[in-house]
Amino acid sequence: MYRYDQYDQQIVNERVAQFRDQTRRYLAGELSEDEYRPLRLMNGLYIQRHAPMLRVSIPYGLLSSTQLRMLAHIADHYDKGYGHFSTRQNIQFNWPKLETVPDILAHLASVEMHAIQTSGNCIRNITSDHFAGIAEDELEDPRPYCEIIRQWSTFHPEFSFLPRKFKIAVSGSETDRAAVQIHDIGVYLVRNDAGEVGCKILVGGGLGRTPYLGICIREYLQKQHLLSYLEAILRVYNQLGRRDNMHKARIKILVNAIGPDKFADMVEAEWRRIKDSALLLDQAEIDRVKGFFVAPAFDTTAAEDATFAKRLVLQKDFNRWVQRNVKAHKTPGYRAVYLSLKYPGVAPGDASAAQMRFIADVADKFSHSEIRVTHDQNLVLPHVRQGDLYPLWNALKKERLATPNIGLLTDMICCPGLDFCNLANAGSIDVAGQINDRFAELDYLHDIGDFQIKMSGCMNACGHHHVGHIGILGVDKKGKEFYQLTLGGSAGNNARLGDRLGPAVAKADVAETIDRILQVYLEQREGEEQFLDTYLRVGMEPFKNRVYAAEAENAQRLKAVAGY
Amino acid sequence: MRVIKAGKVVVDSWHRIAEPDPKRPLPEGDLILPLDYWRANGKPLARHNGRIAVCLNGDDNLDEFAGSLDQFELIALEFPKFTDGRSYSHARLLRDRYNYCGEIRAVGEVLRDQLYFMQRCGIDSFQVRDDKDPEDALKGLSDFSVTYQTSADGAPPVYRLRHRQQD
Repeated sequence: MYRYDQYDQQIVNERVAQFRDQTRRYLAGELSEDEYRPLRLMNGLYIQRHAPMLRVSIPYGLLSSTQLRMLAHIADHYDKGYGHFSTRQNIQFNWPKLETVPDILAHLASVEMHAIQTSGNCIRNITSDHFAGIAEDELEDPRPYCEIIRQWSTFHPEFSFLPRKFKIAVSGSETDRAAVQIHDIGVYLVRNDAGEVGCKILVGGGLGRTPYLGICIREYLQKQHLLSYLEAILRVYNQLGRRDNMHKARIKILVNAIGPDKFADMVEAEWRRIKDSALLLDQAEIDRVKGFFVAPAFDTTAAEDATFAKRLVLQKDFNRWVQRNVKAHKTPGYRAVYLSLKYPGVAPGDASAAQMRFIADVADKFSHSEIRVTHDQNLVLPHVRQGDLYPLWNALKKERLATPNIGLLTDMICCPGLDFCNLANAGSIDVAGQINDRFAELDYLHDIGDFQIKMSGCMNACGHHHVGHIGILGVDKKGKEFYQLTLGGSAGNNARLGDRLGPAVAKADVAETIDRILQVYLEQREGEEQFLDTYLRVGMEPFKNRVYAAEAENAQRLKAVAGY
Repeated sequence: MRVIKAGKVVVDSWHRIAEPDPKRPLPEGDLILPLDYWRANGKPLARHNGRIAVCLNGDDNLDEFAGSLDQFELIALEFPKFTDGRSYSHARLLRDRYNYCGEIRAVGEVLRDQLYFMQRCGIDSFQVRDDKDPEDALKGLSDFSVTYQTSADGAPPVYRLRHRQQD
């Protein structure tokens, strides 16, 4: 993984000193609340319902065991003993004291981490594929480009006060595991006719109250021009993005207001002026960064292990866990292992300090000290020998990290909701609990197969509800929590925004509503068809009819009683 | 006007009139006037006893104004509030696209913690908001000693330093 050199370290150290002084000035009354707010936000520090919330950056979701141990230390000493992994591959601490944040940042800097630009109207953490570097369908490892973009965007002097937040994702595989199409800028590494790998550039994706999928404005860009092209996009946006209404300030609104073709023309015109400036990436720097992402020294005899195949036959529970939570690795004899952070009764994405330490230990023992954070709020041990899977599974079970539900209905994405967030209209963690209780039967879940429920407590859509097979959006109706459901969303290659099911349902009815949707699916599905395909084939009507059947009946009965 | 310039606090002869009163004559001396006012009053301003500079804000189209740049030895850029970042792009375009070599001055909501970014975009004088101490704001210029990106200030980006070291 990437390691800081003296310059990277100097920048984060100077950042700690800067933020320490900003916080001192605020506490001493030299900075007003209004003046301090944008400063703390650029450092991921929110003032939330109960306490400040600090969001720590995990660039493209890559962590070392040393870094994870430090996160555990912070959770123990500055928080209530846990952290929350977010949909942007970051981690959030919900209970730090404001005056301790500079010390937390100093701890982070000691393990090459920071909280720079994890909030505020600036370029946020660059996200990527959690299987980067190990996926069989990968054209090229996207992480060197993520790191190059991370450095370019860190304290960018021109783009630190944008109209609104700005999210960039990069994927280098055929299968999009990074939800690239819902980012302000999405980059796919693609091959051109000459066989060279370059970048396909999308702009204007984003969820929130006006969801859009990204639109391609350039089919192929040579990699050496990546930064100048991004700079051109950001410059057009910084100048023309709306600043009068924060709900219309994202780049997606600008792109769709002036039209994608016109927007692309403006970007191209700006890019032509700057493409051969100092922004031109030289091969030496690309190669330097690439050098940090070479594969570890793998065991060349890993595939010779025979115990794994035997265990699969003998142990049904182990087999089921392997089926769901263990994925392919391009190196023979190796696998990538999901650690599910969706244990029933625990808020999705939460990990305790003890779990973090344990994961750091198993990463050292079984996965070359490396951990990945996924955008659906789980963790991955990327390099596990097949012969180690069984002892690993046994160890994970004890720490409640082996729930065999990756990709299943209970592997929900969920924002912190009303319990923690100032913006939320409704709770999401307790609804996740309700769904977990209702669908606890594993055989049933496995029968349903791949199924994504994504839930947000408000229309800011941190839980990506628009792109869930079932999306759940918390709304406030006269002080009561209601939930608006959408069907048919998807975040992958064939990204799609979900369609509204109908009127919002009461909190107590969410699990029942999902149950009815699943009944229709199981009745209608052909063979092994996945929910999304069934939905696209049969349409909304049968789902709508079943969900609202009782209401329709009630209405009829009322009419009859009233003598109509 | 008390401003930060070349790393220290100095008093210079410029005076900014944010909203000129059309009924009153302008004061004498070196004035910074809104771009719109300069456009509307070009002829009478030619007889003004003192130098004239213009102040642009984020709504102003730089491309339309670019042909007149060589008439000014100072361009002011307005930062109406901390979070309005359009003038950062204006500054970079003035330096990088139009090769403007005169002084670029930040005015308006100019506070210590923006100065580093402003300086990197090519702004070289700063009128700090009235209620703030410019001596304190001066410290904001030296928050960081290395930078990741190329910009209008000519500071070498980290990737150049890295490869210089290796050569």
